[in-house]
Amino acid sequence: MINKFVASPEAALADVPDGATVMIHGFGNAGMPAVLIDALIAQGARNLTIVNNNAGNADTGLAALIGARRVRKILCSFPRQADSWHFDKLYRAGEIELELVPQGTLAERIRAAGAGIGAFFTPTAYGTRLAEGKETRRIGERDYVLEYPIHADYALVKADRADRWGNLTYRKSARNFGPLMAMAAKCTVAQVRETVELGELDPEQVHTPGIFVKRVVRVAAPMKKAA
Amino acid sequence: MKKLDRKQIAARLARDIPEGAYVNLGIGLPTLVADFLPKGREIILHSENGILGVGPKPAPGEDDEDLINAGKEPVTLLTGGCYFHHADSFGMIRGRHLDFAILGAFQVSVAGDLANWHTGGADDIPAVGGAMDLAVGAKKVLVMMEHLTKKGESKIVERCTYPLTGARCVDRIYTDLAVIDVKADGLHVVDLVEGLDFQELQRLTGVPLKRLASAA
Repeated sequence: MINKFVASPEAALADVPDGATVMIHGFGNAGMPAVLIDALIAQGARNLTIVNNNAGNADTGLAALIGARRVRKILCSFPRQADSWHFDKLYRAGEIELELVPQGTLAERIRAAGAGIGAFFTPTAYGTRLAEGKETRRIGERDYVLEYPIHADYALVKADRADRWGNLTYRKSARNFGPLMAMAAKCTVAQVRETVELGELDPEQVHTPGIFVKRVVRVAAPMKKAA
Repeated sequence: MKKLDRKQIAARLARDIPEGAYVNLGIGLPTLVADFLPKGREIILHSENGILGVGPKPAPGEDDEDLINAGKEPVTLLTGGCYFHHADSFGMIRGRHLDFAILGAFQVSVAGDLANWHTGGADDIPAVGGAMDLAVGAKKVLVMMEHLTKKGESKIVERCTYPLTGARCVDRIYTDLAVIDVKADGLHVVDLVEGLDFQELQRLTGVPLKRLASAA
């Protein structure tokens, strides 16, 4: 019997080694798997390469992982924000490496990894400093930049519901990078609000098919005010 | 001369967005455009984090942490709107499906080069987000900015001195002084604010402008 449910976030991340490449889902806080990130901080893996759209906000989640000096390198599109002080400090001290990637190129490089694409040409960033040193080609009337996939050892995603086969649904704009990162990593771990029986997810509405998911951890939803 | 304030620039631009258009509003100044879109037109706003049909801010207490726009502010979804992942969202952008991207700018060149992501300063942490995708991808790129810097220098320049976001990508510029089309043969003034004549705009802008017959 296939059962991808794992008892705890700690158990789900116990085997993350030092030096791993870890994709972390989320656009700001929407979709960020905060419980898994806390477990990764507690687990202790160091020298990580992180892939996320941002470089952490305030003092929790990815910002806390960066603040704990566990990240050697980050690939992202938008590190600098009003509350990205943990990243800013390490970056200015030369203690974290940044690979800045345009947001759509970031998404497509992740998708390409998951889809088995060797490289692709994109018009984005042509003629800018983010394309410096990269191979370019004119195809038809447009100029393109060659970009390579981003593979990962782990992807940590936050989904809404999951069944024991690992089928996932996301909620609203928290879907963002989840379906892409889930495809691109060797081991995808999903933090979900609710686990359901097989057949309870509408097969027409599954966003990430279970083949892309290795482990699922249910996380208690924050207490809601009594109605 | 009556310079437009930021809201008036947004209102001027909003007038030009036609019924049925799919539009992405960049972070910052362009988000003001949403408040001025003509009420009678169905215009669909795209947010690059994965929304079509972005609605207004939620009522107080109705925020949903899973429903935010590209500026990470809480929003709502219009009836008929939908959600999708980032690769689809940027496919909409890069694949030339969006009718308009409305972007802020540090500088725009005579050739339509856009600089809006990085000052290039040594201590400035670069952040690009979706700006480069929007610049190359949308069918029309509209720039919204103040005409002059705080020092009084024109932000419309012969060559951008800030790092480029995209080359030859801007179609039209809306400023607090004028509306200017970027065409293969140069910059065409479409509209001027009340009390500003063409010669004065030309003097303030520095780079050669062409006068459209219909412009005041």
